[in-house]
Amino acid sequence: MSQNKNSPPRTAPRFSATFDVNTISEIQRAAATGIYDIRGAGTKRKLPHFDDLLFLGASVSRYPLEGYRERCDTDVVLGTRFAKKPIRLKTPVTIAGMSFGALSAQAKEALGRGASAVGTSTTTGDGGMTPEERGHSSTLVYQYLPSRYGMNPDDLRRADAIEVVVGQGAKPGGGGMLLGQKISPRVAKMRNLPEGIDQRSACRHPDWTGPDDLEIKIEELREITNWEKPIYVKVGASRPYYDVSLAVKAGADVIVLDGMQGGTAATQEVFIEHVGLPILSAIRSAVQALQDLGLHRQVQLIVSGGIRSGADMAKALALGADAVAIGTAALIALGDQSPDLAAEYAKLGTVPGAYDDWQEGRDPAGITTQDPELAARLDPILGGRRIANYLSVMTMEAQAIARACGKSHLHNLEPEDLVSLTMEAAAMTKIPLAGTDWYPGKGGF
Amino acid sequence: MSATLEKQVIDLHTSTVRVLNSTLQSEDATGAWTILHPEGRHSLAVGLTAPLDVTIDGQAGYYAAGMNQRANVVIKGNAGPGVAENMMSGSVHVEGNASMAAGATAQGGLLVIDGDAGARCGISMKGVSIVVRGSVGHMSGFMAQSGNLVVCGDAGEALGDSLYEARLFVRGTVKSLGADCEEKKMTDEDLAILKDLLKEAGITDYPAESFRRYGSARRLYNFNVDNASAY
Amino acid sequence: MCGIVGLFLKNPRLQPQLGALTAQMLKTMTERGPDSAGFAVYGGAQHGQSKITVRGLEESQRKDFEAGVLAVSQKATFVFRDDHAIITCSDEAEPAVRAFVEGFGHGVVFVSSGDSIELYKGVGLPEDVAARFGLSEMTGTHAIGHTRMATESAVTTAGAHPFSTGPDQCLVHNGSLSNHNTLRRQLVRDGLSFETENDSEVAAGYLSWRLSKGERLDEALTASLSDLDGFYTFVVGTRDGFAVLRDPVACKPAVMAETEDYVAFASEYRAFAGLPGIEKATVFEPEPQRVYHWEHAA
Repeated sequence: MSQNKNSPPRTAPRFSATFDVNTISEIQRAAATGIYDIRGAGTKRKLPHFDDLLFLGASVSRYPLEGYRERCDTDVVLGTRFAKKPIRLKTPVTIAGMSFGALSAQAKEALGRGASAVGTSTTTGDGGMTPEERGHSSTLVYQYLPSRYGMNPDDLRRADAIEVVVGQGAKPGGGGMLLGQKISPRVAKMRNLPEGIDQRSACRHPDWTGPDDLEIKIEELREITNWEKPIYVKVGASRPYYDVSLAVKAGADVIVLDGMQGGTAATQEVFIEHVGLPILSAIRSAVQALQDLGLHRQVQLIVSGGIRSGADMAKALALGADAVAIGTAALIALGDQSPDLAAEYAKLGTVPGAYDDWQEGRDPAGITTQDPELAARLDPILGGRRIANYLSVMTMEAQAIARACGKSHLHNLEPEDLVSLTMEAAAMTKIPLAGTDWYPGKGGF
Repeated sequence: MSATLEKQVIDLHTSTVRVLNSTLQSEDATGAWTILHPEGRHSLAVGLTAPLDVTIDGQAGYYAAGMNQRANVVIKGNAGPGVAENMMSGSVHVEGNASMAAGATAQGGLLVIDGDAGARCGISMKGVSIVVRGSVGHMSGFMAQSGNLVVCGDAGEALGDSLYEARLFVRGTVKSLGADCEEKKMTDEDLAILKDLLKEAGITDYPAESFRRYGSARRLYNFNVDNASAY
Repeated sequence: MCGIVGLFLKNPRLQPQLGALTAQMLKTMTERGPDSAGFAVYGGAQHGQSKITVRGLEESQRKDFEAGVLAVSQKATFVFRDDHAIITCSDEAEPAVRAFVEGFGHGVVFVSSGDSIELYKGVGLPEDVAARFGLSEMTGTHAIGHTRMATESAVTTAGAHPFSTGPDQCLVHNGSLSNHNTLRRQLVRDGLSFETENDSEVAAGYLSWRLSKGERLDEALTASLSDLDGFYTFVVGTRDGFAVLRDPVACKPAVMAETEDYVAFASEYRAFAGLPGIEKATVFEPEPQRVYHWEHAA
């Protein structure tokens, strides 16, 4: 040791919890560029989630069903309230709305193939309906969005259901921004935009605002489609009790409730991380709204935002949802975040599992891109098989749990089949804390 | 054309909007139709796909002739919000005033408004041509993507805010221009388009040369920090 | 989120029909607001006399109530309509009657007071609410009505519009305010009290607060453009007329019709369909941020 024996020990470098590495890099980035960070994907912070709930399996007081042998049905009918032709799904997990534009045509086709193989639906997005997507989706939900890019009455009539999008979990109250890199000639043509420019999406619909006008808009859509199609209304979770009540009063057949873990093609990071409710905290009040109106299970509730597994699906259903929708999870099933792409992610300055620059259109997996070479990497047939596999696994997982709880249909799961692991989850869901019959607020404070 | 000789009438005192729309949408519908006693009802003559001549004899509510394809609809009165919204083709002629969001997101066809149009006329328009004999309200042509908006009177605040490639023509005053909207030189091509539209709309008393042309300054086409305040 | 109607009669010959015309307008706005309805009818002002509207009065309480009012105002007269009562008393007795009403209990609530305002509201379909109070038979100079689709506050009678927070004043609102909680706290600190969590009641209270400082109605409405955030179409009733104001964005619908005989206001044209001579009316939409005001000559 060459050091002076008498020098005192030095303080080890200490990092701030407040100014952590991500915060520091964001301040540095903001100062250097003068623009807020726009990225894809959903929130990355830790939030109360379905992991904070557990199921109570059957034993002596309740009797379980035999796995694979005894029936546990999974079918669901959506849109029974006013539509002449409700949607029938074989499994209560659907593919959420993601646009052609945000995703490549190959990715959209793969989602359609996979969903159709297991008897469920896919959803268009902010950019219209492609013939590939319609062709490969046995059941297709057509989104009706503020920007109305590609909105076409023929496609409206070709759809199996119509989803009026009011908001999205990643950014309730916000519009969108698809950066110029992804406005390829085909995307530009479908959206009537010049090529290569930033596409701004409105935050409000151009011709209605509020539930009283929404009611009139829903009636117009029904009149145009002969009252055949179920009308969904999609809201980002923020005031779910009121939003669900009002959407139902406005005449919705189905409510789609999207929590803040839901993904996006491109939004400000500040929006993704700081606006909205985690889906766990939103379901109960949405269900309460339906129950207060006497329409629970008559107006169906689809929840989304961070659904990853059959367990998440079973928990959402037990809390009162009729079905769930997946977006980010489906992209991962297609190949997003694959460790095989580590070298290519490194070129983009990231690693598998953290890739979120979906807005840039340079996705090495060929999913969130319009670059023909990158998009060609995704084989829609293989991709479709992966989606079908994943959806089947989710369904089997949910069935395994439901059978263990003694249910011959997933829809017979109920809140009393669950316990909360954390005080937060118990407070948000009114599911008692594990080992107790208590949740915060019960009995009053 | 002999089929049109027979006068086909739907009276909303004795019939319903549902019957009206399903009749006009049916594949058998042809010729000319008159809708009596509209009285401000909504969704009149929406989703039409055949080249019918439809006259709405009075006031229409929200979304009259919404998503029109090929039909020619005349409203002999005022129209409520979103008249001819998302029209694809055909024509809609409002003889009175139109409320807000007239021609919203419309992709084709011709919308003519003899009176004034309210706020956000031609919002997010995607290829339609709109001719307003009177004036238009604030935020008209907001995010207008393509097509033509002709205003013979005045335009309200923030004309053409965030617009893309739509052409805006105004004869009177413009209260203010929206973000990224600027006056452009009237080219020969512009003038030819304008003349055709005025002719199609039956407007002979305003010469095309008396209009000014507005369009996108294209400063917001790709994000630039120096324009941040305009977003 | 709602439907609004208003009718201001220029021609006195129409006054006997005011209630019938208003009832018909209110009914057409049912889809916009099926939860509850309310209306204010102005008329019958008599020099030196005040009118007080109360609601929540059970039939079994009427006798006690009447006796109590008469104890503080011997010449008071009463009109009972369903659970509402209109008390007419001298201007001097008004504070005492009002104090009695507010102290009566049994669920009786003070609704409004002034020279000419009568204000009725209730839960249910607009047509039923109007019938319950016999709106069709009412007469007067002008009326304002509202049908409500509750947004963030409960479906209650208290939450129904119009809101009256000052003499002969009332307000109806279509839209949704975004800073009303802060504003309510400020107004409460200034001595106002509110009955509901409703954003529209805050708007009504705000205007009354400004009027109480001596501002004219048009000044108070102009000030609200900078102090009230969110979306709104307001119709404000006063003793002699009414005013209309829309927020700068003006997303919520509003349409007006004027003839030699009347000025009518509504959320949608449909409400005008049954008005006499409507086919010849001038129909227009109020511009955003502009105060429109109609008044009868005093």
